Amino acid sequence: MAQAFKFELVSPERLLVSEDVEYVVIPGTEGEMTVMANHAPTMTNIKPGVITVAREGREDRYVVFGGFADVLPDGCTLLAESAMHVDDIDREDVARRIQEAREDVEDAKDDEARTKAEEFLAQLTTLERAILPA
Amino acid sequence: MASLKDLRNRIASVKATQKITKAMQMVAAAKLRRAQEAAEAARPYATRMGVVLANVTSTVSGTDAPPLMAGTGKDDTHLLVVATAERGLCGGFNSQIAKLAREHARELIANGKQVKILTVGKKGFDILRRDFSELIIDRVELREVKQIGFANADAIARKVIGLFDEGQFDVCTLFYSEFKSVISQVPTALQIIPAAVSVDEEAEEVAGGAVYEYEPEAAAILADLIPRNIAVQVFRALLENAAGEMGAKMTAMDNATRNAGDMIDKLSITYNRQRQAQITKELIEIISGAEAL
Repeated sequence: MAQAFKFELVSPERLLVSEDVEYVVIPGTEGEMTVMANHAPTMTNIKPGVITVAREGREDRYVVFGGFADVLPDGCTLLAESAMHVDDIDREDVARRIQEAREDVEDAKDDEARTKAEEFLAQLTTLERAILPA
Repeated sequence: MASLKDLRNRIASVKATQKITKAMQMVAAAKLRRAQEAAEAARPYATRMGVVLANVTSTVSGTDAPPLMAGTGKDDTHLLVVATAERGLCGGFNSQIAKLAREHARELIANGKQVKILTVGKKGFDILRRDFSELIIDRVELREVKQIGFANADAIARKVIGLFDEGQFDVCTLFYSEFKSVISQVPTALQIIPAAVSVDEEAEEVAGGAVYEYEPEAAAILADLIPRNIAVQVFRALLENAAGEMGAKMTAMDNATRNAGDMIDKLSITYNRQRQAQITKELIEIISGAEAL
């Protein structure tokens, strides 16, 4: 078994995960990455997506809606804007977020804001398709 | 002198009031526990956010810091975000926060600054409206919100940042009540824009001189992080307020219950004395009537 390291998943409302894990897959804005022990210190933004937490042959999946990861050789902290276990995901909640993102796109004042909002919307819809098979 | 019937009614009504205040106290105690748990649960995020922020700030040099952190370079217009409770009956809780904000606003106006006020919570609006009705630019009510979520704080933070981007103000200060204990809540002013990032020793230790890789580059991360940090601070303020409100309500209702008890005692003594006096009077009337025969 690979070396274990400390992983913490924190949302503003509570601490979801705090334990030793084998590896974690993080959806960074610049692409997915797998973090294992002794990873180089990295900071990355996170796009809405699924993170996979693996420990001793067991995998858990969590859905995050944007956030931020701080990776150190001996640990990884993920500050998620909002996070929940994949089993607890609420279809309506996702639909509501997508609706809000759509409105943001329409309300965008300049091109930069619109690009940002559209990007966020695209990430959300991809996420919806990934976790909620129609 | 009130009649016996009046006294009886009086006692009954005070008793009813006491029952209500007692119930409110117990409700507040239960809610306080939940609010405290929520505040506790939110702490890890805020702590780690502080650490991360300090790490990133130490790498980004002063020149390319985003305006939310560096400020606009002026301090002509101040935005005061005053967060209070939605409901009264909690002692001096709301008025203390409003008082601090009012003093702050007066001082700024005296120094020739422009002041704008954004109130969060109904009570703060009601109190500040008397003095500064023309300065209040907006208000947020959280009356329907049962449990304050991060989304509420995020909405407020977005509103504030939106105003900042439009150049509506230079400095933003948040007023709330810090929850020290059940009996002590301290009204606090916290400057959130420009963000005062404290690089404390603990954070530096965590960084341990490590060279971070940034994805995307540090400045972009920072630009994303600062608004989030503002939301976190608003969230913390709202949670502290929620806990403080319940603490203050509990104390106030406890006092009210005790006062009602004292009042019932006093009224009962008056009632008994008067009843006794009346019996004596009737006896004297009967006896003197019998003697006259």
